Amino acid sequence: MAEKIGIYVCHCGSNIAGTVDVEEVARWAGVNVKDVVISKDYKFMCSSLGQQMIEDDIKKEGLTGVVVGACSPHLHEKTFRATCSRAGLNPFLCQMTNLREHVSWVNSDKEAGTVKAKSLISAAAERVKHQAPLEPMRVKVNPATLVVGGGIAGLQATLELADAGYHVYLVEREPSIGGHMAQFDKTFPTLDCSACILTPKMSEVGQHENVTMLTYSELEEVSGSVGNFKVKIRKKARYVNYDKCTGCGICVEKCPRKVIDDVFEVGMGHRKAIYTPFPQAVPRVPVIDTANCTYFTKGKCQVCSKICPTAAIDYEQQDEIVELEVGNIIMATGWKLFDCKKIPQYGYGRLANVYTNMEFERLCNAAGPTNGKIVLRDGKTEPKSVAIIHCVGSRDVKTNPYCSSVCCMAALKLEHLILEKTKAEVYAFYIDMRTPMKEYEEFYQRLLEEGVHFVRGKVAEVTDAARMPDEQGKLIVQVEDTLVGKQRRIPVDMVVLMGAIEPQADAKEIGLKCGISCSMAGWYTERHPKLDPVATMTDGVFVAGVCQGPKDIPASVAQGAAAAARVQGMITKGEVLIEPIVASINEEGCSGCRICNTMCPYNAIEFDEEKNVSRVITALCKGCGTCVAACPAGVITGAHFNNEQIFAEIEGILWDAKPQTEKKELQTAK
Amino acid sequence: MKYAYYPGCSLECNAAAYDNSVHEVADLLGIKLQTLDDWNCCGATEYFSQDELTACAVIARNLALVEPQVNQLVAPCAACYLNLKKTDRLMSDHAELGAKVNECLAAGGLNYKPGRVTVRHMLDVIVDDIGETAVRDKVVRPLTGLKVAPYYGCQVVRPIADGDCTEYPMKMDHLLTWIGAEVVDYPVKAHCCGGHMTQISEPQAFELIRRLLQSAQDYQADMILCMCPMCQLNLDGYQGRVNGFFGSDFKLPIMYFTQMLGIAFGLEPKKLGFGKELVAALPVLKAKLNGQFALS
Repeated sequence: MAEKIGIYVCHCGSNIAGTVDVEEVARWAGVNVKDVVISKDYKFMCSSLGQQMIEDDIKKEGLTGVVVGACSPHLHEKTFRATCSRAGLNPFLCQMTNLREHVSWVNSDKEAGTVKAKSLISAAAERVKHQAPLEPMRVKVNPATLVVGGGIAGLQATLELADAGYHVYLVEREPSIGGHMAQFDKTFPTLDCSACILTPKMSEVGQHENVTMLTYSELEEVSGSVGNFKVKIRKKARYVNYDKCTGCGICVEKCPRKVIDDVFEVGMGHRKAIYTPFPQAVPRVPVIDTANCTYFTKGKCQVCSKICPTAAIDYEQQDEIVELEVGNIIMATGWKLFDCKKIPQYGYGRLANVYTNMEFERLCNAAGPTNGKIVLRDGKTEPKSVAIIHCVGSRDVKTNPYCSSVCCMAALKLEHLILEKTKAEVYAFYIDMRTPMKEYEEFYQRLLEEGVHFVRGKVAEVTDAARMPDEQGKLIVQVEDTLVGKQRRIPVDMVVLMGAIEPQADAKEIGLKCGISCSMAGWYTERHPKLDPVATMTDGVFVAGVCQGPKDIPASVAQGAAAAARVQGMITKGEVLIEPIVASINEEGCSGCRICNTMCPYNAIEFDEEKNVSRVITALCKGCGTCVAACPAGVITGAHFNNEQIFAEIEGILWDAKPQTEKKELQTAK
Repeated sequence: MKYAYYPGCSLECNAAAYDNSVHEVADLLGIKLQTLDDWNCCGATEYFSQDELTACAVIARNLALVEPQVNQLVAPCAACYLNLKKTDRLMSDHAELGAKVNECLAAGGLNYKPGRVTVRHMLDVIVDDIGETAVRDKVVRPLTGLKVAPYYGCQVVRPIADGDCTEYPMKMDHLLTWIGAEVVDYPVKAHCCGGHMTQISEPQAFELIRRLLQSAQDYQADMILCMCPMCQLNLDGYQGRVNGFFGSDFKLPIMYFTQMLGIAFGLEPKKLGFGKELVAALPVLKAKLNGQFALS
């Protein structure tokens, strides 16, 4: 059958047309590319009119292949495949080529852009002729969902799904769910108690019949794909039998070993060697910190074991790998605080009364180490003056260029708490005050009226080198007050650094396990920054909360709920279509060497001992092509990416590198 | 390792102790310093404030004099170091200026391709190229019990801190712990000594000097160690005047870090330029190093 190719070049408004002569590209392709029967340009090819035009042409001209030169296939490949499908053309006979991200947006020379666009169109046209019709595979969606991270975003997602009647496995790295929100005293701008609004959600999750909590556990491995993920979770040894423990807490009470709590109390308070992070922890089952436990370090003690009324202490417990099957995954892995020691001129770690915001949160918290009393490191003196420095490690090219977005409001909240709890003068040093959400600006106004001294300027240093008598024994904040236009030195008793919100240290590594990537700053990349902020490039994996970018509690909750809604959509639909881009092995040529078996990163190749051949398990194959390249006999084919197609594409792209005579013709045609 | 060496004017007279100790320590550590033949003054801060092209041309001449087979130039003086580094960067960032500078150099039959020579401070060479193990290996007289305040000044760390923190540098701190000294972590270690301000307004300059001496004293330092001749001159040479001006009683020896490195390596104080300072250092060494310090 003779090939009849249609070429469609999109202007994308001026996005492409600004730096590519689209009309010329369409005209050129119509004349110069073989088998092209129709070649058009259009203002917005993705519009319904644009799509209609393609549909009509397919039907009228009997097109055997369609090439769309437009934006990234990430955005509109599905659109144009559906267009072809509606007109009766197999969607895999539609080839998109990227004239926007790959040409116009990265180029300012229109002539050069036009030449490159021609090459890409030519490549796609040559390729599409060799493409074969493929049928997508239908896969059932497992209704169970994995939520990674038990902070507020993960909790919200969990509850939405569980309440809708679907099973959720909630994995949390720490011994209790709750996340950072459990550490705060108050929440802005309403100043309601953080624990009071969080703990009901925590216990609801803990008691929910549709939730399996896996605390003190980490994501180990993910395989499979949307609808049918296989997940391995490492349940770290608690040394306490989860089923026997009643959570009475007597072991914690009687444990003779007191340890500084670096996690929940951020070094400000103590816990025991057997502990739950805080009184309202869910679950109430404690864990033993083996690095500090007297029995584990010295071989003696066992007080907890002797005293436990249900014999739940198990010193022999080992890490356990739990295997789960889920249809979708929601990543809600949260954040960590910037290491304020990285800005040494602010003195954190060197000057005793310089605190991080998280340390100060614990100081303010009624359940914290000082019962909510704001005192200096000596544990008794109330500060007479406190400086709060905004943007420590954010909006700073040397550390993190981004704005952490919540710290201005968090700082305002802390400033209010200082005024409420002490008689101290409060100084706030800010670059710009960022209070854009509902009732946030009003809160700032309130603080202005409450008498916080706002100083606009980036602090140069915090020092104990006094120059004046009134600076003796104080911490001096040196700053350029940019509103007054003067250098100021402000002596205070206490300094609080509003450390930036940073991605978790292992965010990249954990993301790779389920096939999602991170931005430059380390936040998980969503499928579309505006229009699809909860999905990712990997089908069936969603993101929620701060792991996708700094955000406050309301936004985290909203995103958790949104991710859950997306998952529910998948579950309700019941099945998903999976691209049939998989490898297949020609068994006649297979020598049974099994090289591909070990190369496959998805364990998608099995070996038939009887016939002595390898075979691809289509449902597991991701079409990565590793086995195709590895096969010494060359009998593995990657559908939609076979040699013929790739070579044709290369030939197409090199249209102007043909022998001298032919090239001349082409140039004159241009 | 072979380096071209640019002493600069100060090291020929008032900072001769720096020059002596740099050479002594370099020899011992196997750092081959080859002094540039026919080097000229870097123009200090003055040329740049007058005319950029002249300043760059004068400085670039020294870069052009570095032999083709050597690509590292060591400058122990902070001002020389910064000027050389700045000129190299200006020439590569601003091609037009670079071309003009080369036109000037052509009059003397010279040419400099920006980026060819890396300008290094002696501290960076010792810490980064020689490293902790080699330095520790050479220590025969650890400075145990001596409290030293490392003083960086402004020019070596600003605006270009080579692998160190501009605001709160640590390289000299590390080096001094390697030779056994107790390093005083005092807050003003990268504050300005006033530079040439003593010639313009003494009260301003004396206050800047006083702050440094005061902070080091508050943190109980036995001496301050410098890496810049200007800093050393201000803190040492004007210490008496500062005392007179404020009625204070500072008596802090101000030495070069290379001098104390030499002491730890067991070298003769005299060879290291001891005795050229105004606030005498040897009595402090004798008192603090507990008699283990045998002086010839």
